[in-house]
Amino acid sequence: MTTTDRNPGSAGGDRASGPSHGGPDDEYTPAQLAAMDRTELDRLGARYDGVEVLHVEPGPVPGSALEKQATRQVTMWFALAGVFAVAFLVVYAGSGWFLPDWEWEVGAAPWSALFTPLLGLAMGLSLLCIGIGLVQYVKKLLPHETAVQDKHDGSHFDRVTTGATLMSGLDKSGLPRRKLLLGTIGGMGVAFGAMLIAPLGGLIKNPNTGNPLGTTSWAEGVRLLRDDGTPIRPGDQQPGSLETVFPAVAGGNFQADAATMLIRLRPEQQLSEEPREGQSDFSYGDYVAYSKICTHAGCPVGLYEQETGRILCPCHQSQFLVTQGAKPVFGPATRPLPQLPITVDDEGYFVARSDYIEAVGPTYWNRERI
Amino acid sequence: MATTTAAPGAPTTKIGQAALEVDDRLIVAGPLRRTLNKVFPDHWSFLLGEIALYAFMILLVSGTYLTFFYDASMEEVVYEGVYAPLRGVEMSAAYESTLGLSFDVRGGLLIRQIHHWAALLFVAAIVIHLIRIFFTGAFRRPRETNWLIGVVLLVLALLMGVTGYSLPDDLLSGTGLRIISAIILSLPVIGTWAHWAVFNGDYVGTEIIGRFYIAHVLIIPAILLALIAAHLLILVKQKHTQFPGAGRTEHNVVGNRLFPTFAGKATALLFIVFGLCAALGGLVQINPIWLWGPYNPAQVSAGSQPDWYIGFLDGSTRLFPAWDINLPGDYTIPALFWPTVVGAGLMFTVLALYPMIERKLTGDTASHHLLQRPRDVPVRTSVGAMALTFYVVLWISGGNDLIADKFDISLNAMTWFGRIGCLVLPPFAYWMTYRLCLGLQRHDREVLEHGIETGVIRRLPSGEFIEVHQPLGPVDEHGHGQLAYGGASVPKKMNQVGGARRAIKGFFKPIEEPAEVQRQAELEARGLEAEQSDRQTISSGRPSEGGRPSEGGRPQAPRD
Repeated sequence: MTTTDRNPGSAGGDRASGPSHGGPDDEYTPAQLAAMDRTELDRLGARYDGVEVLHVEPGPVPGSALEKQATRQVTMWFALAGVFAVAFLVVYAGSGWFLPDWEWEVGAAPWSALFTPLLGLAMGLSLLCIGIGLVQYVKKLLPHETAVQDKHDGSHFDRVTTGATLMSGLDKSGLPRRKLLLGTIGGMGVAFGAMLIAPLGGLIKNPNTGNPLGTTSWAEGVRLLRDDGTPIRPGDQQPGSLETVFPAVAGGNFQADAATMLIRLRPEQQLSEEPREGQSDFSYGDYVAYSKICTHAGCPVGLYEQETGRILCPCHQSQFLVTQGAKPVFGPATRPLPQLPITVDDEGYFVARSDYIEAVGPTYWNRERI
Repeated sequence: MATTTAAPGAPTTKIGQAALEVDDRLIVAGPLRRTLNKVFPDHWSFLLGEIALYAFMILLVSGTYLTFFYDASMEEVVYEGVYAPLRGVEMSAAYESTLGLSFDVRGGLLIRQIHHWAALLFVAAIVIHLIRIFFTGAFRRPRETNWLIGVVLLVLALLMGVTGYSLPDDLLSGTGLRIISAIILSLPVIGTWAHWAVFNGDYVGTEIIGRFYIAHVLIIPAILLALIAAHLLILVKQKHTQFPGAGRTEHNVVGNRLFPTFAGKATALLFIVFGLCAALGGLVQINPIWLWGPYNPAQVSAGSQPDWYIGFLDGSTRLFPAWDINLPGDYTIPALFWPTVVGAGLMFTVLALYPMIERKLTGDTASHHLLQRPRDVPVRTSVGAMALTFYVVLWISGGNDLIADKFDISLNAMTWFGRIGCLVLPPFAYWMTYRLCLGLQRHDREVLEHGIETGVIRRLPSGEFIEVHQPLGPVDEHGHGQLAYGGASVPKKMNQVGGARRAIKGFFKPIEEPAEVQRQAELEARGLEAEQSDRQTISSGRPSEGGRPSEGGRPQAPRD
C-alpha cells in the first residue's frame, strides 16, 4: 500500500485519541477519574453542568417488606398492560376467525357492535397500566432526589465578540459605503420575492364573470321539483306546510343556491299577509316561495313553525316571518329571504316566473350592485 | 492502541466499548450528559403543555393511518359499502371513503375516533396550558417570544381542527363549510375575490375538500412542527420557571434531573394521555358521520354545533345584532364580518400582545423566573377572569339552542342572555376576582402574623376563651409572627406543618416498623427544609426586594 500512502489524507491518522478538549479533561486525569466511584462521577458531571444534588431520599431498603410490596405492585401493572395488549390482539385478529365477525350490519350479532369498544378498552387499559406502572415505579422504587441547577443570563463576552464578528463582516463587505449596490440588492430582493409568490396568482379568478353570485338556475317556466324529482300542483300540500323545491334542471337538487321553500299559507295567514313592496304578485294563491339559503351565513333555513309563521335558521337562530315577505324578526340576519315569483304552467304544475330578482345567500361587499 | 486499552477508566464491558465507539465518531457524551442532568421543576401544572405535545404525537400517528384510506375528492359516487341505511345514496368520494374507513377497515373506526378525541384534547390542553401561563405570569420577560409562539400554535391548532373536521364532507361539516364560505365572502372589498381564490369559484365547487386536505395534512402540520420545535428549544434554553419556595431563586431551578426521575414521569404521562385517548376512541362515540348523512346544501339538522373550540365563534355570531353597515355607492359591510373576522382577530391580537401591554402598563421590564401566585397580582388575575367570562358566555351561546331545548327556555331569551351577559358578566367577574384575591392575600398575611388555627380552645384565668394559634416561625414580644410573605403557598392547616404523622404503609397488615417511620420523619424534618430555613426560608433570592418577588407595579393591596 505504498502508493496510496503518498496521497494526502491516506497516511498517518491518529489511532489514539486526539488532543483533549481542555477544561475538565485537563483537570481530571483518567487515573483520577478511575479512582472515583459511580456516584461520585455522576455528581462530578452534574456539578460540571451547574447541577447540585441537594438531598437524596433513598428508595426503599433492598429486601425490605416495603420494597417487595412496591416491586410487586409495579410488576402487576406491567403484567396487566401485557395482558390487555394480548386481549387487543385477540379481539383484533380473532374476530371473523374464531370469534364472531366484526363487520357491522343492521341486525348483525352484538359482537360487531362491541368490536370497536373492546379494542379501545383493551388498548386504553394497556396504555394506562403502563403509565400507572411507571408512576408507581418513580414514586415507590426510585430514590427521591432534589437537585438545583444554576440559571445563567447571556454572557457579556459572547455578546461583544459576536457583535464584533458580525460588524467586521459587514465592514469588509463594504455595503454601507456602496449605496448603489445596496439599493440594487434591496430592489432585487423585492422583485425576487414577488416572483416567488407570483405563481399563487393561479388561484385568482374573477368572481364577476357571468355574475354567478347574482343568478341561480331558476328562470321563466322552470318547474319546481321535489327532492325526488316530482313536480308539484297547487293542492298537493296541506295549508301550513312547507316543501323544499329545486329547479327542474340537471343536478338542480345539489345546487348550493337554488334550494327554495314552497310554503302553503293557512287561510288566516293569507289574510294577514303583507308582501314586500312590488312583490305582491310573486305568490300564487295561498302559495309563497322563498329562498332556503339564509341571508346571514348561508345555512339552509330549515325549521318552520307554522303556528307563528316563523322560519328559523338552525345555525345562528335568525328568524324570518313568512307572512311579511320573510323579513328577519330576530337574530343576526339583516335581509329578508329573497322571494321566488311563481305561477302555474298549462299542465297545472308550479313553475318560476323568473329568476330571483336579487342575489340569494349571505351578504357581501358589493351585493347591492349585482 | 495498546496504550488506550491499558489506560485507566477504559471500558471493560461490551456495552461500554460500544458506547466508546459511538462517542468516538459522534462526540455525544457531553451533550447527552448535559441533557440527562437538566433539572425540571416539580409541579403538576407544568405538565399541561406536555399533554398538548403528547396529543399532537397521537394526532400525527393516527392521522397518518387515516390517510391510507381517505380520498379527498368531491367526485359524486354511489355508496355500496356495508352500512345498509346509506346504500345507493349519492355522496362525495370523501364521505364514501370516510364511511369506508369507519365500517370496512378493521379497527379503522377506533383510529378515526382516537384522532378526533386527541384533537379535542390537543386544543383543550393548549388552552389550559395558556391559562396557567397567564395567571402565573410565566409570559413575562424573557419569555414573551415563547408566549407569542404559543398563541400562534393555538390559532394553528384551531385551523387544524376546522380543516380536519371538514374533511369527511358530511352534513354537519358541510354546514360549517358553508359558514366559512359566508365568512370569507363577508370580507370588505376583497370578499368575493377571496372566496373565488379559496373555493376556486362559487360555493361549493369541487376543489375545497382537496385544498383543505393538503392544508390539514401538510401545510399546517409542517408549520406546527417547526413552531413546536422552536417552542421547546427556547424553553430548554431559557430553562423552566418555578414557583417561589424553599431554596428557589430567580437564578436557579429546583427539581428533578431529567434522568431517571423526570423521564420516568414524562413517559408515564405520555402513556396515560395515549391510554385515555384510546379508551375514549373505543368507548365514547364521536362524530358518527353515518348518522348525519352526506352533505347537501339544501339540508341541515337542528342542533348543529362545531367542535368545542370553535363554539365561541359560533356564539359570537349568534349574539351579534343584525347590523349591516351600508356605505355610499351601495357597498355593504355584512354583520357577519364583525363577530367572526374582527372579533376573533381582536381576541387573538390582544392575547398575543398581552405581555407587551402588561409590560407597558406596569413598567416592569425585569427578567422573571419565579412565578407569581394569581392572588398576588389581582389586576392581572381579574383581567384574566374577565376575559374567560366573556369567552365562556360566547361559548355557552354557541350551544344556546341546545340549552333552550333541554331546559325548555325561550331561544330568544337565551340569545338576549348572551347579548347582555357578555357585556355585564365580565366586569362583574373582574370585581369578584379582585375581592377574592385581596381576601386570599389578607388571609395569608393573617396566618403569617397570628399562626395557624389549631382548633384548641383555651380558657384564660379571666374567663375569656381564646383559640390557640401555632406560629409558623419566630415571634416578637407580642406573639406576632415575623416571617415575611415570600410569594409561596402558606400552610394553613396543622397537618401541612407536620401536625399528623404519616400513615404506616400496608393494606392488610403493616409492612413498616412504626419506629422506623418515626425516625425517618425526624430525619426529614432535619433535611432540606431545616437546612434552608437557616437562610431565610421563603424569599425570591433578591434581598433588595425585601424577599418578595417583583411587585410588578401592580396596585398594592392594603395590608394589615
